[in-house]
Amino acid sequence: MGYIRVNQKLVNKDSVDELRKICPFDAFEYQDEYLSINAACKLCRLCIKKGPKGVCEFIETETKQIDKSNYKGIAVYIEQRANQAHPVAWELIGKAKELAKISQEKVIGVVIGDDVSKIADEALEYGVDQVIIYQDDLYRDFNVEIYTNVMERFFEEYQVNIILIGGSAKGRSFAPRVAARLKTGLTADCTMLDIKPNGDLLQIRPAFGGNIMAKIHTPNHRPQLATIRYKMFNAPSKTVPFGKVFYKDCSIISSNTRVKLIESFDKPKVKDISDAEVIIACGRAFKKQKDLLLIEPLAKALGAEIACTRPLIENGWFDPRKQIGLSGRTVKPKLIINLGISGAVQYIEGMKESEVIISINNDIDNKLFDISHYNILADIYEIIPELNKILEAYL
Amino acid sequence: MNLLVCIKQVPASSKVDVDPKTGVLIRDGLNVKMNPYDLYALEAAFAIKENYESTTITAITMGPNSAKSVLEEALYMGCDEAVLLSDRRFAGADVLATAYTLSQLIKALGVPDLIICGKQTTDGDTAQVGPEIAEFLGIPHLAYVIETSNYNDKTIRLRNSYDTYDEINEVQLPCLITVDKGDWIPRLPSYKRKVNFKDYQIRTLTLKDLVDQDPKNYGLNGSPTQVEEIFPPDKSNTSINIEGSKEELAKKMFDILKKGKFI
Repeated sequence: MGYIRVNQKLVNKDSVDELRKICPFDAFEYQDEYLSINAACKLCRLCIKKGPKGVCEFIETETKQIDKSNYKGIAVYIEQRANQAHPVAWELIGKAKELAKISQEKVIGVVIGDDVSKIADEALEYGVDQVIIYQDDLYRDFNVEIYTNVMERFFEEYQVNIILIGGSAKGRSFAPRVAARLKTGLTADCTMLDIKPNGDLLQIRPAFGGNIMAKIHTPNHRPQLATIRYKMFNAPSKTVPFGKVFYKDCSIISSNTRVKLIESFDKPKVKDISDAEVIIACGRAFKKQKDLLLIEPLAKALGAEIACTRPLIENGWFDPRKQIGLSGRTVKPKLIINLGISGAVQYIEGMKESEVIISINNDIDNKLFDISHYNILADIYEIIPELNKILEAYL
Repeated sequence: MNLLVCIKQVPASSKVDVDPKTGVLIRDGLNVKMNPYDLYALEAAFAIKENYESTTITAITMGPNSAKSVLEEALYMGCDEAVLLSDRRFAGADVLATAYTLSQLIKALGVPDLIICGKQTTDGDTAQVGPEIAEFLGIPHLAYVIETSNYNDKTIRLRNSYDTYDEINEVQLPCLITVDKGDWIPRLPSYKRKVNFKDYQIRTLTLKDLVDQDPKNYGLNGSPTQVEEIFPPDKSNTSINIEGSKEELAKKMFDILKKGKFI
């Protein structure tokens, strides 16, 4: 812990210019020959690492260190609705088992619901060491206040090192509430997880809204919390169950709530792009909504689902469920064709596991060309009509 | 009703890169805009104000002095008051410290009936700050709200949209909601309002205006998570570049699709 101190004696016009160039957040203010750092600073410390020597300095302040050995176990929250587990939980159990091997910990499934014994059996088949169940009629539907009380109780009793929560819409509402209750860190939508033998979790995710990955850790707080999107990891193969199930006393947990569920109803089903085998993804190169019609012949020939990037959702051209990316859906199709997509990292992280990636763009500097199997440097407005001609002749 | 809308200034472009040799962040200009989801949050507030008498709307943000421009935009669109929280000691804040800081600001201003946030920002993309603010204030929250109805000064009815289903909830006030697009259509700032607000001074508060003034609880020092390292994303070097005229490109692409048995 600490802060950045500016050594004013070393400040001159050159060092100010240099620092301003280095700082990605425009946080340096220079007035009356005094260089100060404003609230835009994110303490990335590039000014210290790359700036003129000695001008900026990181001053460490002392903090009391917690005893990390008091916290053991990797817990996976198993989200359920109508007593059906969300499959992201199995993927997280798979990852938790990999991590637990390195840090020598147990993997613990946590279920909250009203009739969840089947979910417990399923969790055992995926190879957890323990399933902790909080079962009560009041827990039938997700209620953020009551469920947070339950998770707080779970942590009080089990003092786990890590809690992983699936990044579904509900999980993304629940996890921050739990983190704030336990006054600990939370990293959203990790795309990779790793662990040190001492149990420190390395949480990797895109950062600063750009094409950058950050490795995040939680040096002095427990539990370490992370959410992970569905289809980011693979579910483990099933095994002969060896774990134990524990039903906990829920009478001591407060069920007071100010949120009353009136009704819940399924959305009309749109074909989920998460399960599509072939996807054509459209990006900002499409100038008008009606230009999307251009890709119909190709979509038909491939039997492809049409998906898009976030800007097209913002334009209102697509149902939000058609958005690929960390802020939309994660996809792993056999083939994805990216049309005029610049490839923000949040998009790439949502589709990079696709088996075959073809990207068409007229800007050679687009990020998708770094990860695609086939790069086609072309204007979509030129190549697609040509392709349509070939398709028409062929079919 | 008293409404409070949390807004944030975000980079207008996602073109941020890291130099693989030096590790220095390279940002494409410093253009900024209001987080697009906050436009829906504001519109949700305006819709309530239009239907419910004596409603006031306050917009708040946290950031450097230049973040005032999003507050001005919010005022010109329809907010009544705007407050900036700015202090270098908030620098380096992660989700927990950011939410704690904003909750302290909201306490200093007086907890309103309803706090509205966009569902997430386009720079952090965490969707976590809203729910954590609610926890720090000890009030309920609902995320991904797409419709509000039946509100009075005691309760509000909300429709929220999860991945595959919607819910209708009735929530006691005060509460916090994070909103998705819904049917809200963001309005443009009004020139008339801009003229009306010509002499308006946006209040700027700092750490010393908050109840908890211990700098240890803010910024980097109040952040359980730390960025250990930043690095450019993986690049696979197996890309095949297809070249040629547009006719040749189309033909080659067709051949790839056919060879892969996709057609």
